[in-house]
Amino acid sequence: MVDLYLSLPPLVQGLLKGLAVIMVIFPIGGACSLAERKVSAWIQGRPGPNRAVVPWVAWIPVLGPFLQRLGLFHVMADGGKMLFKEDALPGHVRKFYFVLAPLVAMMPALTTVTTVPVGAYLDAAGRAVPLVLANVDIGILAVFAVSSLGVYALILAGWASNSKFPFLGGIRASAQLIAYELSLTLSVVPVFLWINAPGTPGTLSLARAVEFQSGAWQGFTAASWGGVWFLFLMPVSALVFLIALFAETNRHPFDMAEGESDLVGGFHTEYGAFKWGLFFVAEYAHMLIGSAVFTLLFLGGWNPLPWVPLATLVDWLTVLTPLAAHPIAVGLLSIGIFLGKVLALVFFFMWVRWTVPRFRYDQVMELGWKKLLPLSIANLLFYLGAIAALTP
Amino acid sequence: MAVVPVARPPLTLAERTYLPQIAAGLRTTWRHLVRPKQTLEYPEQRPALPPGYRGVPTLVRDPHGREKCVSCQLCEFVCPPKAIRITPGEIAADASTAHVEKAPKEFEIDMLRCIYCGMCQEVCPEEAIWLQNQFSMTGTSREEMVNRKDRLYELGGTLPDQHLKWDRKAAAEQAGNDRH
Repeated sequence: MVDLYLSLPPLVQGLLKGLAVIMVIFPIGGACSLAERKVSAWIQGRPGPNRAVVPWVAWIPVLGPFLQRLGLFHVMADGGKMLFKEDALPGHVRKFYFVLAPLVAMMPALTTVTTVPVGAYLDAAGRAVPLVLANVDIGILAVFAVSSLGVYALILAGWASNSKFPFLGGIRASAQLIAYELSLTLSVVPVFLWINAPGTPGTLSLARAVEFQSGAWQGFTAASWGGVWFLFLMPVSALVFLIALFAETNRHPFDMAEGESDLVGGFHTEYGAFKWGLFFVAEYAHMLIGSAVFTLLFLGGWNPLPWVPLATLVDWLTVLTPLAAHPIAVGLLSIGIFLGKVLALVFFFMWVRWTVPRFRYDQVMELGWKKLLPLSIANLLFYLGAIAALTP
Repeated sequence: MAVVPVARPPLTLAERTYLPQIAAGLRTTWRHLVRPKQTLEYPEQRPALPPGYRGVPTLVRDPHGREKCVSCQLCEFVCPPKAIRITPGEIAADASTAHVEKAPKEFEIDMLRCIYCGMCQEVCPEEAIWLQNQFSMTGTSREEMVNRKDRLYELGGTLPDQHLKWDRKAAAEQAGNDRH
């Protein structure tokens, strides 16, 4: 199977990888939209969507009603609706750019997925090998570089719509994304300073960041630092990164670009049907990738607990069954742990949405430029000093 | 007037970071998340209606099955949106309730006009028209939304009151008391 795949021409391999990304991101995006509706409903004291069902699933005794209550089929209903409804093209838009914008929104979202490792398996030597579509050494740089292209989609959509509210939404989005990108980038610099200690080969790889958090407990010695997640080692970095992430993904309380109370629908006011759906999926994809990067950098990636790396967990499980040491089992286990953390973070995004009211636009700018940026610079200087002092 | 100076302490550092406030907010929303749901799932679960609820107006019979309406048309005249239309009729002279004299030949309530105000019930001297608990009326045509006499009695049923006014009138008349 693997040999067959490797014998294919590189172009076909790339196409297969691309299809795999689409096949994974679209369903997860759909599931996220359902989760959003469900979590919103629960927080508001409602049961949420629970009616749609496919008849032959409803006939399954216990599982069918359970899936119906969960609202699982609303994902399909929503998707089907968006596919089949009329895709109106307003007369006053710049058609080429109008159609281009949703595609530009999707491309960075789908591209960044390839550089994010989603799990690991242990090779014969017991080393964790990351599972990633494109294991590029520039890791985090690639993610930042490509995902920040997403703002072009918002600007393009806002401008091509050729009407006031989308235009304002696009302007707001661009200003906000530029403001928070600085703090976002500066907040992860300490992490990579820590990883790239003097004397070690330099890397920006996300998998290396996880490897760094995979130490086991070795008593009260300096070696035990390896098992601490960066969340505890660099709480301010994590906080700034998280806040900037909310702003970068246009989530509440920073959803300036589509604040419906002042901008109707913001940049996607003029969009409908599947083109709007693409923006929607792109937003969730950005959220997923942001959560994934946060998990990799600050939450120990696929390591179950601080000081309990994946390898230790596999050792424990091998006592129960030798099957647990199989690379596929380890891979699935690590993907499960990683996805669990990412989805918990996505839930946190939704939880915050119903907790914090939307900021005013000037507050967003003030928080970005006057608070987070100085804070992240001070944080960087602090860790510069700390790392310099710790290095013998 | 006494002036009470209220202390206005400046915000503490923790308050200015806004983070404890967000944490408290998250706790509140979490409590709402795990709390039992507030809504009813409507077609399966029905709300408990309070006594005196004003639903669809209906006509009722007395415990002996006599239709209570005597077609005095007070409800028709009082009805603000003019939803009620009554065609009065005579009761046949050989009927056991002939002394009631009148009953509606036709009684229509146009539910597209009705505003559920309950004035018909309030004004009725015979307690014959009642706004009961049915609150959802649907139909696929205008015709269907007009409740005719048979439908009104079907919806109304029997009112288990024990006044039996007309039976007592008949008994008094038989006992020689014509003034009842």
